[in-house]
Amino acid sequence: MTGMIGTLVQAVGMHGNIGALSAGLAAIGAGIGIGQIGGKAVEAIARQPEAISKIQTNMIIAAALVEGVALFAVVVAAFLSN
Amino acid sequence: MANGSILNLKTFRISLICAFFLIAGAFSQSAFSQEKASDNKEKKFDAKEVILEHIGDSHAWPFAFPFVEERHIPLPVILYTDKGLEVFSSGHLFPEGTVYSTANHSYKLEANKIKVVDASGKIDEEGSKKIVDLSITRNVVSMFMGIAILLIVFLSISSTYKKREGKAPKGLQSWMEPLILFVRDDIAIPNMGYKYARFMPLLLTVFFFILLNNLLGMVPFFPGGFNLTGNIAVTAVLSVIIFFVVNLNGNKTYWKHIFVPNPWWLFIIMIPVEVVGIFSKPIALMIRLFANITAGHILILSLISLIFILNTIWVSPVSVIFVVFMDAIELLVAFLQAYIFTLLSALFIGMAIEEHH
Repeated sequence: MTGMIGTLVQAVGMHGNIGALSAGLAAIGAGIGIGQIGGKAVEAIARQPEAISKIQTNMIIAAALVEGVALFAVVVAAFLSN
Repeated sequence: MANGSILNLKTFRISLICAFFLIAGAFSQSAFSQEKASDNKEKKFDAKEVILEHIGDSHAWPFAFPFVEERHIPLPVILYTDKGLEVFSSGHLFPEGTVYSTANHSYKLEANKIKVVDASGKIDEEGSKKIVDLSITRNVVSMFMGIAILLIVFLSISSTYKKREGKAPKGLQSWMEPLILFVRDDIAIPNMGYKYARFMPLLLTVFFFILLNNLLGMVPFFPGGFNLTGNIAVTAVLSVIIFFVVNLNGNKTYWKHIFVPNPWWLFIIMIPVEVVGIFSKPIALMIRLFANITAGHILILSLISLIFILNTIWVSPVSVIFVVFMDAIELLVAFLQAYIFTLLSALFIGMAIEEHH
């Protein structure tokens, strides 16, 4: 199955394997997600500076969870490229 | 102390920390160069192989010091075969490909796995699947060292707590107390309510085990440098423990949430989703910890390998600065991953023991 996807993609003209492409897409997802979290957290701090430590804690937790999802994709990409 | 000497101590401490990081970085670089120099012919630097060897497990324990040739201390191999328990030193199996025969089978090491071979050296796949490899490998040794440190620290703290009943904490106890109270007040109580005391030992163990092994994995010399929490078997065991604790402690409300959905006619889709959810939550815990730690190690090793790939010394200042920066991020990740694992475990256990409201 992974070989099929690989040959299909190489027929289109991509060199290398699809694992590298998947890892890049996962990085895009992580970037967008954590960027949104950071942005909203900073806006919330601007609105209410005395809640800064609670907001920071929740931001870090949410960032770690989003990063976890991106890393699932990286693990699958590593599996595909070997 | 006079004002002038306090200021001196502060800058002295900062320079001490910087010197520590730089020297630690120098040790890991010299470990790489020793590997290259021990070949008779100049082998081209294969970054992928070096990185995989550093983050993987192996049957030998590398002993690298600067200016001394790198040695590997062979670790015992313990195999449970169908003909009984076999114990021998892995020194018989190095260099890779040597066949070692015991009274029952012959063994050969291939790609860091032990395979059964017949007399001529051909691999017997059927037989290899039947042996259970219980060897003391590099990761097991690092786990023992981590466990020894944890036991020493926490047994001494608990005896200090008993002796100093009602008095202020002192010494090592006062160092660990903020972390222990942090686990109790910020992780256990908000998520588990008033029944938290039963699960505190589990949460504390998980938190400190993951934290200590993450931190030891970042230290490049002796008691550390082994990628234990990046080994998926270790994180799998931790999440299996959490899985059993959650499901064995689930009360009626918990099982009702899973098997009796709220509008009853949604059961055809909600029950499979919830059942998958029982398994996917611990699997997510496992992969999150494994991937975060392994990705961090691969990143640091790749940045240092950059010097050897580009084969010039002028890359080293850039590379070392990047690596120091990545090490700081990895410190944050080490603590954060321990916190997230413990937090999510507390959340799952809290969901399982929650009263009906």
